[in-house]
Amino acid sequence: MTNDAAVHAEGLVKHFGDVRALDGIDLTVERGQVVGLLGPNGAGKTTTVRILATLLQPTAGVAYVAGHDVVKEPDAVRHAIGLTGQYAAVDEYLTGRENLRMFGDLYHLSPRYVKERTAELLEWFDLSEAADRPAKTYSGGMRRRLDLAASLIAKPSILFLDEPTTGLDPRSRLGMWGVIQALVDEGTTVLLTTQYLEEADQLAQDIVVIDHGRVIAHGTADVLKDQIGGDRIEIAVTDVTRVGRAVELLRPVGTGEAIVDEARILMPVSGGSTVLVDAVRVLDSEGIEVSDIVLRRPTLDDVFLSLTGHVAEEEAPAVPKARGRGRKEKKA
Amino acid sequence: MTTLSIGKPQMRTRPLWGWTLNDGLVVARRNLIQTVRVPELLFFSLVQPVIFVLLFAYVFGGAIPIPGDDGADAYRQYLMPGIFGQTVAFAAASSTVGLAEDLHKGIIDRFRALPMSPPAVLLGRTFADAARQILVLVVLSITGYIVGWRIDNGILNAIWAYALLLLFAYTVAWVGAWVGLYMPNPETANTAGLVWLFPLTFLSNCFVPINSLPGVLQTFAAWNPISALVLSCRELFGNPTGIQPDYWPLHNPELYTLLSCTTLIAIFATLSVRRYTRATSR
Repeated sequence: MTNDAAVHAEGLVKHFGDVRALDGIDLTVERGQVVGLLGPNGAGKTTTVRILATLLQPTAGVAYVAGHDVVKEPDAVRHAIGLTGQYAAVDEYLTGRENLRMFGDLYHLSPRYVKERTAELLEWFDLSEAADRPAKTYSGGMRRRLDLAASLIAKPSILFLDEPTTGLDPRSRLGMWGVIQALVDEGTTVLLTTQYLEEADQLAQDIVVIDHGRVIAHGTADVLKDQIGGDRIEIAVTDVTRVGRAVELLRPVGTGEAIVDEARILMPVSGGSTVLVDAVRVLDSEGIEVSDIVLRRPTLDDVFLSLTGHVAEEEAPAVPKARGRGRKEKKA
Repeated sequence: MTTLSIGKPQMRTRPLWGWTLNDGLVVARRNLIQTVRVPELLFFSLVQPVIFVLLFAYVFGGAIPIPGDDGADAYRQYLMPGIFGQTVAFAAASSTVGLAEDLHKGIIDRFRALPMSPPAVLLGRTFADAARQILVLVVLSITGYIVGWRIDNGILNAIWAYALLLLFAYTVAWVGAWVGLYMPNPETANTAGLVWLFPLTFLSNCFVPINSLPGVLQTFAAWNPISALVLSCRELFGNPTGIQPDYWPLHNPELYTLLSCTTLIAIFATLSVRRYTRATSR
């Protein structure tokens, strides 16, 4: 039934005390596919991955990874997966090479294989020069690469990447994307969580948007974008005082409410490039000068905004922390 | 991808429990490498017991009489096995802190997502922490020798005494490991890892004869496994033992040491492994 899919989860529920972290997640990742699990902090992304990686037991629901039940056959699942968490989970006192060897040994691979594979991964992740230095001397990007290398030591067919680029600088992030793309090209199945909309758009063929422990949308990036209605036109007028009038004039051109930010107007439209001509014409009829005009496809930011009613909070603190801080302030 | 040329790995199949010793040693090796890579930590973990020896030998040395032995060096002879016992007991703290750090950094998550034997991480931790005590005991013995402590009952008895000390270190390491798995962060572990060790080591015969302790404390001290350990060592090293009040463990110190250690390992290894398989970093 479900054995064909790399990952198949049905109705996953997880409670932590009174907190419903997951409230019935359904998820399928076909073999060789890259699925992005997208959502803000606290949406349940990490909890989902931890259940699939056998680290947490679901309160309800079932999940199969590589055809094995994550609760009943965790060891079979562990043989098939690689996991890279939000923090670089490597030993900082061990060198890069020692780290990879240790994890290889713990997979019970032959010493010869571990040795070759370690050298190969260090080379591929551009860590050969730093291979014999303790990992604590590595930069953030290097640690994350070592962390990813560690999860690849046994050539897993399914890879879970929990926010693989959170906290990385843009250059390291691009490097990480390249590595992930190469793995996908080799046929690895990837389930990736991210709060970066751009990242899901870049890497994933299929995107599952979750919020408050529920799947709120699902599809390719294009499908999700179409779901919220066509393109966006973005216009900047030269004279800020005439923005209000400009919006009125543009209303018949658009298909929905315009969002105004100072002299910039953002409005959903349909009808392709003729819309640009129409927009310029109506504004020109009253002599409103346009300094910039673009027609663009909606970004996933637009998708998220229209689906959840709030923007994806990139650095929002976890709920319990915020509550704790509030209490302290009251006392003081 | 030409760079990833070598073939699919061959997993060697054997039931996971069959890998327990192998995996435990892999993790132990990792923990011992850490010790070598942070020489400062090793240095200060050696300095602390040396300071204890010097303080107790020279500050309290003259003030604490040893019943049944009024030689000039009596307290120093009496003290050294006590310091040995106290020092190996503190091996527990490094297990607590080490596991709390591994949990905090997420490396336990990685271990738990591997198809490795579940008790191996704990086995490796406790084994490494006990093994480190070998070096500590060497340094302490030399220090003791300098302040006048002597092994006076044959080399075989002395080896047996050291073996009991290491068994005890391994036992408390399991208790420490269990504590570490409940710690919310490494900072708490630093404090909580030590807190129970002070009453454990001071409510014993480590530093003072048990006769000097009042009522309930005397009973506690007499049944405290560390008292039996230290008394065993005093006997095996041929050091003064003081006069023992009438409690079963103090009449059968070696037997009680072996019994209490094996019982405690059985209890805390079971509890720790159970906790470990459910532990989460957050």
